[in-house]
Amino acid sequence: MLEIGLTHYLWVAAVLFAIGIFGIFLNRKNIIIILMSVELMLLAVNINLVAFSMHLGNMIGQVFALFVLTVAAAEAAIGLAILVVYFRNRGTIAVEDINLMKG
Amino acid sequence: MIVQALAFYVFAAIAIASGAMVVSSRNPVHSVLFLILAFFNAAGLFVLMGAEFLAMILVVVYVGAVAVMFMFVVMMLDINFAELRQGFLRYLPIGGLIGLVLLVELLVVLGGWTLSPDAIAAGGVAMTPEPAQVTNTHALGQLIYTHYIHLFQAAGVILLTAMIGAIVLTHRQRPGVRRQNINRQVNRRPEDCVEIRKVSSGKGV
Repeated sequence: MLEIGLTHYLWVAAVLFAIGIFGIFLNRKNIIIILMSVELMLLAVNINLVAFSMHLGNMIGQVFALFVLTVAAAEAAIGLAILVVYFRNRGTIAVEDINLMKG
Repeated sequence: MIVQALAFYVFAAIAIASGAMVVSSRNPVHSVLFLILAFFNAAGLFVLMGAEFLAMILVVVYVGAVAVMFMFVVMMLDINFAELRQGFLRYLPIGGLIGLVLLVELLVVLGGWTLSPDAIAAGGVAMTPEPAQVTNTHALGQLIYTHYIHLFQAAGVILLTAMIGAIVLTHRQRPGVRRQNINRQVNRRPEDCVEIRKVSSGKGV
């Protein structure tokens, strides 16, 4: 219990990932919260990578976590930009209306 | 040891609780603030795992850039968030079910996995050096700038693409805006815009 090992971190990451999935289903209409849930899931993945890096004594996990972080930042920027453009065109961000965006 | 365990449990508990608040909060601004809290506590976990550089990057990039960007967008868009929450309770059972199934699956995997004895030996060049010799940042830099230099540059290209894409997407030319045109101002000549007339006295123009 007091010895904090790999499994403890994997637990935290698993719970955070499940919360992210849960949030995507829960906030089906609000795309901002969906993006935040995706960020939470990427954070859980990063915790996993760093935990294994610590456990195996191998730095590659941290290198990968760094790249995941980069891609997550880029994804958030693009996602929010698309969101702003969409809001400007339609005046709403309800996800259900996005399939009306044809052509 | 006890301090480390205590720190782990505090960071993990706050991270998970604020993660839950992110997805269940009524106000998106509160969601963003809880997201920031979750990132701070994840950074604490990273420090506990000995990844100081990533912890600091998490604070700088996520808290300083991504979360603030979310905050800007939430506050900039004029949205009726109460309306967006209408289906909340309808989606609760299915979302809870899927989340729970996924969590149980992950935990089953967690309970049953074993590590191959070769795995630790397979680290090769990327073995974590002793913290007394080389700091975490130094070790990461030595790895990124040698063996992973192409991936590192690809990450830079991705960021550049994201930046250009975001600017191109959100930039717009508004019609009817009177902007200062310095070229036109400089090219203006007196004879183009001033007319001198001889006015005969007592008659007016």
